[in-house]
Amino acid sequence: MTTIAVASTPLVEALLARADDALVHAHRLSEWCGHAPMLEEDLALANVALDLLGQARSLYQYAAEVEGAGHSEDDLAYRRDAPQFRNALIFELPRGDFAETIARLFLASAAMLPWWQAAMESPDARIAAISAKAEKEVTYHLRHAGEWMIRLGDGTEESHARVAAAVAKYWPYTGELFEAEHPAVAALLPDPAPLRAAFDATVARVFAEAGLDRPRDGWMQKGGRRGVHTEHLGHMLAVMQHLQRAYPGAVW
Amino acid sequence: MVSVTTLDLARVRAIAGAVVDPEIPALSIADLGVLRDVRVGDGGVEVDITPTYLGCPAMNVIAWEVEAALAQAGFGDVRVRLVLSPAWTTDWMTQAGRDALRAYGIAPPAARAGRRALFGADDETQCPRCGSVETEKLSEFGSTACKALWRCTACREPFDQFKCL
Repeated sequence: MTTIAVASTPLVEALLARADDALVHAHRLSEWCGHAPMLEEDLALANVALDLLGQARSLYQYAAEVEGAGHSEDDLAYRRDAPQFRNALIFELPRGDFAETIARLFLASAAMLPWWQAAMESPDARIAAISAKAEKEVTYHLRHAGEWMIRLGDGTEESHARVAAAVAKYWPYTGELFEAEHPAVAALLPDPAPLRAAFDATVARVFAEAGLDRPRDGWMQKGGRRGVHTEHLGHMLAVMQHLQRAYPGAVW
Repeated sequence: MVSVTTLDLARVRAIAGAVVDPEIPALSIADLGVLRDVRVGDGGVEVDITPTYLGCPAMNVIAWEVEAALAQAGFGDVRVRLVLSPAWTTDWMTQAGRDALRAYGIAPPAARAGRRALFGADDETQCPRCGSVETEKLSEFGSTACKALWRCTACREPFDQFKCL
């Protein structure tokens, strides 16, 4: 069997959650490579995916060190099964059309920017250092996705309808991004409750310009942080992990 | 094995710093601000480098090139460490680096990395070819993680801009 058992602690789980968010989102974005509506956007989405992959690598490296079981970043990315993944559900949903991809990138970036900003103050020097890098990158992502939200929302009837539908689709998945951390790591990672205000302010500002309505907060989908995923994650991992599963430890 | 002393420090710094960014060969890692520290002691040579972006694919190549350049100069026991903190900023790029970038056809980043507004107008960017400031941004993201794509409306040439971070 190529699947590894992770020696789990609350800190390992918390680091894996954010690493898995970034890796799974990066994979979904990279699916646009060669398919984006224009060359500039093809480059942009690949660049954003690369940033997220870099964030995932830094977090996996740290998670592996904290775990102390001799696993590498690649082991954590490629040799865990879907129920061992801790990413929020929003990231594993199929990429959908361009409006859906942009809406997800916007909502996720609007939630992650205040998270990274708060994590820069972590008493854990490693988390603070990774966050200081990621915060600059996510600022770019939010700006890019936000400008597209305005362009699509304030664009044609077709683009408006598509981005409005995308927002309605992803909204019920935003709640999971603000779930409280395990009490054992609460001192090391941001308290999610106050981050809501920054998220709401970004959404309000961009939606106002885009002519979009903020969906009502109703039932929120969750489960990813406990390893309860949609069927889509397994299919995605089958593609993403294929090579390392078939040839464990392969390098090139 | 050459025995290393503190007298070698300047030499090691010069050799490591002269390694170029594989994606922008006009720029040395010293001018880019990626070379952070060099230590020479009984245990050998330690070189600290820092990534511009976490996902920068050039970091591995830069680490190998530093090791190779120092090995060629007789420093066999070399360790290259990747440090993240403090986070790299375009403020660390030297004036020589900025001039080299412009000569290479890439607009250098603004002199001071201010906190950009999340949305709104961009800072003025000068065309590296004709010097005009009649330029417009085509895309926030360019051919590598550290660059954006611009166009000059005076000379009509597209160009890369090193993002201000």
